[in-house]
Amino acid sequence: MIEIVYELIRNGLLQPLVSMLVPAAIEVQALYMLEILVKILAILIPVLFVVAYITYVERKVIGFIQGRIGPNRVGVFGLSVWGLGQPIADALKVIFKEIIIPSGSNKFLFIIAPVLSFAPSLAAWAVIPFSDTLVLADINAGLLYILALTSLAVYGVIIAGWASNSKYAFLGAMRSAAQIVSYEIAMGFALAGVLIAAGSLNLGDIVMAQDGSIIHWFWLPLFPLYVVYFISGVAETNRAPFDVAEGESEIVAGFHVEYSGMAFSIFFMAEYANMIMIAVLTSLLFCGGWLSPFQGIPVLGEPSIIWLLMKISFFLFLFLWFRATFPRYRYDQIMRLGWKVFIPITMVWVVVVAVLVVAQVGPWFN
Amino acid sequence: MIEQIVFYCFAAMLIFSAGMVVSMRNPVVSVLFLVLSFFSCAAIWLLLQAEFLAIVLILVYVGAVMVLFLFVVMMLDINMTVLREGFVKFLPVGIGVAVLMLISMGLIVGSSQFDIAAVASVAQHDPGYSNTKELGLALYTNYLYPFEIAGIILLVAIIAAISLTMRKPRTHKTPKPEKQVSVKRKDRVRLVKMKAEKE
Repeated sequence: MIEIVYELIRNGLLQPLVSMLVPAAIEVQALYMLEILVKILAILIPVLFVVAYITYVERKVIGFIQGRIGPNRVGVFGLSVWGLGQPIADALKVIFKEIIIPSGSNKFLFIIAPVLSFAPSLAAWAVIPFSDTLVLADINAGLLYILALTSLAVYGVIIAGWASNSKYAFLGAMRSAAQIVSYEIAMGFALAGVLIAAGSLNLGDIVMAQDGSIIHWFWLPLFPLYVVYFISGVAETNRAPFDVAEGESEIVAGFHVEYSGMAFSIFFMAEYANMIMIAVLTSLLFCGGWLSPFQGIPVLGEPSIIWLLMKISFFLFLFLWFRATFPRYRYDQIMRLGWKVFIPITMVWVVVVAVLVVAQVGPWFN
Repeated sequence: MIEQIVFYCFAAMLIFSAGMVVSMRNPVVSVLFLVLSFFSCAAIWLLLQAEFLAIVLILVYVGAVMVLFLFVVMMLDINMTVLREGFVKFLPVGIGVAVLMLISMGLIVGSSQFDIAAVASVAQHDPGYSNTKELGLALYTNYLYPFEIAGIILLVAIIAAISLTMRKPRTHKTPKPEKQVSVKRKDRVRLVKMKAEKE
């Protein structure tokens, strides 16, 4: 379906455009580059759309969980369709607000910090497969690439905290740096378990290694790693209950306390893009990606991107559910959970997985 | 053609950022330029089809080591003018060390390893070739003992770092989470039955 649409766009629009504008000598290269550009847009536009609307969904879901209504005023064309126009209105408001640069701040770093936090979360989408053929860059070391890029998100936070020249922002940055570095270790070990189980670093191969049905997916043999990975993901994205980097009640808004307007909004978007990223990765690595849970049954068992979207939505809902129900962790307890609970669990389970793989225990590894 | 353009762009960026690391006044900015130079270096490694090493360079150095660097540098209150006072006095010694380093580097990784004949022998691999797998096979077969020895040295370093920070016996009180979690209602709350008092 998507492939057919893409062929149409390629042959009907890109080919004539390139042959019209570019000399024939570099036509092939130009078409190739244009194709990649179109693919990037085809991934990023939906991602940004979801980023905008997840803010709306979050307010609605948390509203319903807490017995409130949530945003319900801004509609579309005069109709108040459950407040669906809210993200658009928010975006417009935030674009037209002034960005105040605090005196005594490092101006260049202050401006570049939101960019540094948003760019890695978008670049990571390059290697995400949406089906067995639908992937922008099918590279062998995909999992490593993801791990490397998610570890870069911390720079935006640290630089923002330092460049703001504010005590609260600096405290938030320090907290965030320690927290992200700690949880990255547990996350890395969890991913090591996945790559031992799948025998590959390529994300598409990892999904295909889970071929079978819902009990063949990696969540079952790697259950501790699955839980640790998702919780570390929540910590890594600075989401509740691990949101001490913002900690509204203690340090006002943490690292972005001095930011306003679009600069603040970019941090916000980066957080939600990272959230979606973690949801996508959890569904790809542990929950069979685009594979159907009912594999073997005629129509329901077909692998499809719809399954992937359903799994992503489920994990995104978990993020919102956590935020609505859990109180914030105390800082020393976050550190204890990361270092003294998660890292030992993952270290032990990596060994267990290696034994399972060597012994070819079924139904996963035979 | 495109590869050459990419190479020269990143090589120029690498040299520029490496120069900025030593010449910037602000140590935090220096660290950030070091990060940029790691990135340019990783990009050049990618051109050599060493994707594993390139990504690991980013993952380990940029993602972990430089974050801790930044952490420490931000906490320090370095007065750069004091550090720069002895520049002219130490310049001859610095130049001497630099020349020595240059000669030794030239002898070890000199032009004999990097002439045209050596470069031409780098094999072009098809897209299915996995650099990571080859590296893993080499590390765990031919170089198993050096690899294990490196691992043990790192372990010793970790233990040493922990024991250095735990020198003093703990005198301050800290909460014990396992006790806090295991507390039951009856440990803390005592219900007292008493008759209603009337005046």
